[in-house]
Amino acid sequence: MVRLVQQRSIVVLIALLVALAGLIEVIRPGAVNANWVSNILEFAAPLGILAAGQTLVVITSGIDLSVANVATASAYIMASQAPFGVTRGIIAGLLVGIVVGLVNGVGVAVFRVQPLIMTLAMGLVVTGTLNVYSQASVRSVPGVPDVIHTLGSGTVLGYVPVSLFLWALLAAVLIVGLRGTGFGRLLYALGDNPEATRLAGVRGWQVLLANYTACGLLSAVAGIVLAGTVNAADLSLANVLLLPSVAAVVIGGTSIFGGSGSYAGTIVGALILTVLNSVLTLLDVADAVKQVLYGAIIVLLAAAYTRVLGRE
Amino acid sequence: MAAVPDDASVADSSALLEASGLIKSFGPVVALRGADLRVRGGEIHALMGANGAGKSTLVKILTGALTADGGTITLGGRPRTFHSTSEARRAGLICVYQDPSLLPDLTVLQNLKLTATPISLFRHYLAELGLEGFDLQSLPRELARPTLSLLDLARALAIEPQLLLLDEITASLPADLTVRVFNVARQLRAEGRSVIFISHRLAEVGALCDRATVLRDGKTVGVVEPAQGGEERIVKLMLGPVAEEVAAEAASPSAPATGAVSMEVRDLKAGMLSGVSFMLRFGEVLGVAALEGQGQQELFDCLAGVRRPESGQIVVGGKARVFRHPADAIRAGVVLIPADRLQALLRQRSVRENIALPLVNRFSRWGPINPRREKRRVESAVKRLQIDTRVQSEVRRLSGGNQQKVGIARWLASGFNTLLCFDPTRGIDIGTKRQIYGLVKELAANGSAVLLFTSELPEIQLACNRVIVLFGGELVDEMPASEADEQALLRAAHGLPSEADAEQQAPEGA
Repeated sequence: MVRLVQQRSIVVLIALLVALAGLIEVIRPGAVNANWVSNILEFAAPLGILAAGQTLVVITSGIDLSVANVATASAYIMASQAPFGVTRGIIAGLLVGIVVGLVNGVGVAVFRVQPLIMTLAMGLVVTGTLNVYSQASVRSVPGVPDVIHTLGSGTVLGYVPVSLFLWALLAAVLIVGLRGTGFGRLLYALGDNPEATRLAGVRGWQVLLANYTACGLLSAVAGIVLAGTVNAADLSLANVLLLPSVAAVVIGGTSIFGGSGSYAGTIVGALILTVLNSVLTLLDVADAVKQVLYGAIIVLLAAAYTRVLGRE
Repeated sequence: MAAVPDDASVADSSALLEASGLIKSFGPVVALRGADLRVRGGEIHALMGANGAGKSTLVKILTGALTADGGTITLGGRPRTFHSTSEARRAGLICVYQDPSLLPDLTVLQNLKLTATPISLFRHYLAELGLEGFDLQSLPRELARPTLSLLDLARALAIEPQLLLLDEITASLPADLTVRVFNVARQLRAEGRSVIFISHRLAEVGALCDRATVLRDGKTVGVVEPAQGGEERIVKLMLGPVAEEVAAEAASPSAPATGAVSMEVRDLKAGMLSGVSFMLRFGEVLGVAALEGQGQQELFDCLAGVRRPESGQIVVGGKARVFRHPADAIRAGVVLIPADRLQALLRQRSVRENIALPLVNRFSRWGPINPRREKRRVESAVKRLQIDTRVQSEVRRLSGGNQQKVGIARWLASGFNTLLCFDPTRGIDIGTKRQIYGLVKELAANGSAVLLFTSELPEIQLACNRVIVLFGGELVDEMPASEADEQALLRAAHGLPSEADAEQQAPEGA
């Protein structure tokens, strides 16, 4: 019965997605075509991957406010190290994510700092450090290597974005992993009732440490893909994606209080946000108005969602 | 249905509240399928039923927290439907629940203002309940649970309700406070007002209530006068056709076991607990009898690795152990079932995930789960405990008794050798209770060791081979179950010597 409701909520979300696409078609007939779908997927991929890490953390009733800063830093470090070898660049970028994730994990899991505070502070630390690094290395904005550019904005067979393959792979791992592994079970368990989880003999700090690290790593991947998509790695690359990463999780039906949710929902959430952005762009509204509408629509969606499903 | 022995024709004219044919379902789950309840003015009326029989749903409908799908409610002869608790409250219906509802971080006075409670009346009833001179500036967070229950009750009384509902309020009260609550209920009755009383303790119902309405599977199955030997009838009605079977199972007390030592506790000190030593053997159920707060909580917490003792030794399997985390105890085969089932359960997760939780509790088990193996283990535990559910449903939708069974099933599925049960039957209906005791005995018979604390002394004999008694943090007595009748336990638990000992000692002043 629960599963039924959850599945139905995904159906509702997909219906919403289709409705938004229909709206675009009404505003500008002929706009919704294979090319448009390809574009949407390409832009949704980095957000979807960023929101993947966020989903893991929110399931444990935490939140990671450093994901966007980490993504930006990873992309920048990757690009600035790429001249010494693309592999080295990518590894350096991913390491940024792992290290920041580990620090977040130690703070939250070992020292019991509130996730909100811990990750907000780490986000600031990351951004500050990145600024120092960029000034010290005194270079113009580093260019994005071709491999990454292809990863972020290349297509196969004309329409299928390359990044979609990476996204699909990660999605498969996450969806299967959350449902069918001990680690996935423990994430839900910790989000639902940490005390009960402890009484069952689980050392929760190990799980949380691994989880925040995984979130950092996924943020780094998202940053690198995004750099490829926009073909640039500046100092504020992914910063606009922080709130959308949380919004995608919430719209996707993962409880902000932890203990329930799925990555499948988050994927649809990320697609809805991307299409919504596309609608607003098509309507040619001013940026300020766009932000207002964007915020209002997210609130409405979340409210409607809670109401329809009767979640407490 | 069988004939309902009710003096309906007489009652009708004097009925204060009359609910008939109430129906309520939550999705596919039917909670009430035609519940009737008739309460006269100036009556204390018990509402009885096993867990999941629909008592809570009925109470919530009467007080406006839920709206019925069908059926009628009349109050003082007028048909009424309450859409909110405040509406019911204005009509003179109010419920006091088992869990106190004061906001923990506002002072008591602020709490009262929040609900527009008349302060002087509140003080008056507080005095009736034995709390005269209570400081209204105190914070509920810092108060003991029984006190909170009394405050909650006084707050309800202060609005002078026509009909007061008491939902399991005595579950968390010690005996002396229960008596005060009863006196207040009797006083309401004398003033012509009515009380609906819900409790799993039959003795309380027998002592207090004029009539009892029994629910089973969401339906009213009988109205009984509990006073003259009605208790047995209530039990039969609550349990339905299986009653005789289960009753036969409550056997005579078992003899002390002589198996190998599972656990030896030496001079354990922690908080209230001051130097307790005893041995627990495989094949026995060792009962722990104690009044509220005599150190039993500390004892169980230490043994389960939830808390570290200040000094003393815990020897398990011949080795002295230091449990730093419940995981250490579990690895040594020692598992805990806490009193508050919600403390141990994941409410939003499925029965299966709850039972399978210890199966993934260490790092080496983080990987893929073998679904077939897990299903087999979970289903055999579910079958053994007769958990009444589909394993896919969320735990929070289960009745209290079934939730407790899930907490036990978890350890059946993962394996253990020593089971620590801390008041496992608190607030659980009599059928499930007997089932749980039956299971505990069976586990011991199959070679496990069980340490069992229960707050209901008469139940010690039902399950245990041997009993230790804690008083003031010390182990004051030990006796075989055959001697541990309620009277002997009560004396010991109050720190009094047994009758035989008392005769030998010369009475000194007291």
